[in-house]
Amino acid sequence: MNLQQIIEALALRPITDNQNFEEIEPTCGYASDLLSCVMAGAPKKSLWVTLQAHGNIIAVATLLDLSAVIITEGAMPDQTTIDKAREENVILLGTEAPSFYVIGKLWELGLRCDARKPERPE
Amino acid sequence: MNSNTLFHGKIVSDAEAENITRVEELAYELKVGEVMTPDPATVSPETPMSEVLELFRQKRISGAPVVENNDLVGLVSIEDLLRCLQKSDLDTETRLYMSQNVLTIRDTDPVIEGLKLFVSSHFGRLPVVNTAGKLSGILTKGDITSGILKAIQHDYQEEEVRRYRASHLFEDIESDRSSLILRYNIKQGDFTHGGAASSAIKRALLRLGAEPQIARRVGIAVYEAEMNLIIHTTNGGIIRVEIEPKQISINISDDGPGIQDVNLAMRPGYSTATEKVRELGFGAGMGLVNIQRCVDSMRLESVYSRGTNLRLKIFLPEEDAVGEGTKEPNKETK
Repeated sequence: MNLQQIIEALALRPITDNQNFEEIEPTCGYASDLLSCVMAGAPKKSLWVTLQAHGNIIAVATLLDLSAVIITEGAMPDQTTIDKAREENVILLGTEAPSFYVIGKLWELGLRCDARKPERPE
Repeated sequence: MNSNTLFHGKIVSDAEAENITRVEELAYELKVGEVMTPDPATVSPETPMSEVLELFRQKRISGAPVVENNDLVGLVSIEDLLRCLQKSDLDTETRLYMSQNVLTIRDTDPVIEGLKLFVSSHFGRLPVVNTAGKLSGILTKGDITSGILKAIQHDYQEEEVRRYRASHLFEDIESDRSSLILRYNIKQGDFTHGGAASSAIKRALLRLGAEPQIARRVGIAVYEAEMNLIIHTTNGGIIRVEIEPKQISINISDDGPGIQDVNLAMRPGYSTATEKVRELGFGAGMGLVNIQRCVDSMRLESVYSRGTNLRLKIFLPEEDAVGEGTKEPNKETK
C-alpha cells in the first residue's frame, strides 16, 4: 500500500509540498508523542502518528528515515518547522482526527508493526 | 528574463537571494569568452554575396562578421542574404548588404550582458571583441545555453568527485593511526537547533561510505546526547566525534550540573525533565537507554555540580570500514 492510497483513505492533508506519494511505501507504523520512544521504537520507513507539531519532529523523522509524519487533532506546525521539513525532505500530513482513529484506520488498511521493539536500530 | 536583471538597480533581499537559481548565478559567473564560438568564419567587405551563400551553406551558419585589416566593420546575416537573393544580386560585394555599426560584446563580459543585449535588440548573434578591440569570436543564444549546460554538468561531476574522495579519505594518508574529528558546540535551551549536530554527523558518515544502519545508530545515539545537553545542562556542552576506519568514538561533555544518581538516570522511564520540556515530548526517561542500545560501548561519568562526560564507541567490521574506499559513497545523503 502506498502513501497516496493512505492519504486518500484517511483524507489526510499534505502540509509539505505535494510529491509523488505513490512511490512511497511505508513498511509499518509507529505512534507516540514522546520523542525518545519514537527514537527507540520507530523502524525505518515507518509512518509516525503523533500530535506533536514542533520543530524537533523533523530531526527525529530525518534521523530515523521515516516515510512520513501524520500530525493528529488538527495540530499545526509553525512555518519554521514546515520550512525545515521541506529542506530535509520530510513529509508532513495533517488531520483533524485523533491519533487512535488514525491508527485504527491504518491497521484496517493493512499497516502493521511488531509487538516488540527491535533490540537495535536496523 | 526579468529575474536576470535581479542584481541591477536595487539591493537583493535575503528572500530574493534564496530564490536565485544556479543558472542565474552561472549567467553572472561565466564570461562570454568561455561560451562563445572562437575564431569564427569571417568575410571581407569585397567578398561577393555568392561566396557568403556558399560559406553559410558549407559551415551551416546563419551569420558572419565582416573584417577589414583585422578590424570588425560589419556583420552579414541570413536576412541580408535573403534580401540579396530576392533581387538576384549575388555578384554584389558584401559591403552593400552587411549591417554596419553592429553591437559588440567583450569576451571579458559576464554572459548576462549578452543575454541582455539579445533581449533588448533583435540581433541573433553578437561579434565578440577582446580588450584590444579585435574580433575574437561570435556569440549566439545557443552558445549561452550550451555553455551553461556544460557548467552545470561540471558542477555535478565535482559533487560526484567530492563524494568519491570522502569515501576514500584515509586510503592515501599514511600514518600509524588516522582519524577525522568533528566537533559541535551545543547551546543550552536551543530547541530550535535540536538535532542539527546529529543530522550533520549522520550525513558525514554516509558521505564517508558508512553503512546506512551504522549512520542511523550513530545518529540516534548522538541525537539523545544532543537533546540532553540542550535540556539538562547549565551552559550547554561539546560533542566530539572521532571517525577512524574501523571505529567511531563519540565524546559528549558538559560543565554542569552533573547527574546526582547515575544508576537512577540509567533506569528506563526515569527523568528529571521539567513539565514544560515534557510537553514538547521530551523527558520520557529513555535517552540514556536509547544511547546504550545503539552503541557497542558506553561509559558515563558524572560528578554532581561539576559536569558529565559520556564516552561512546561503535566498532565497524572490516568490510564496513569507512573512508577506505571499500564502500561506494552512500547516495542517501540528503
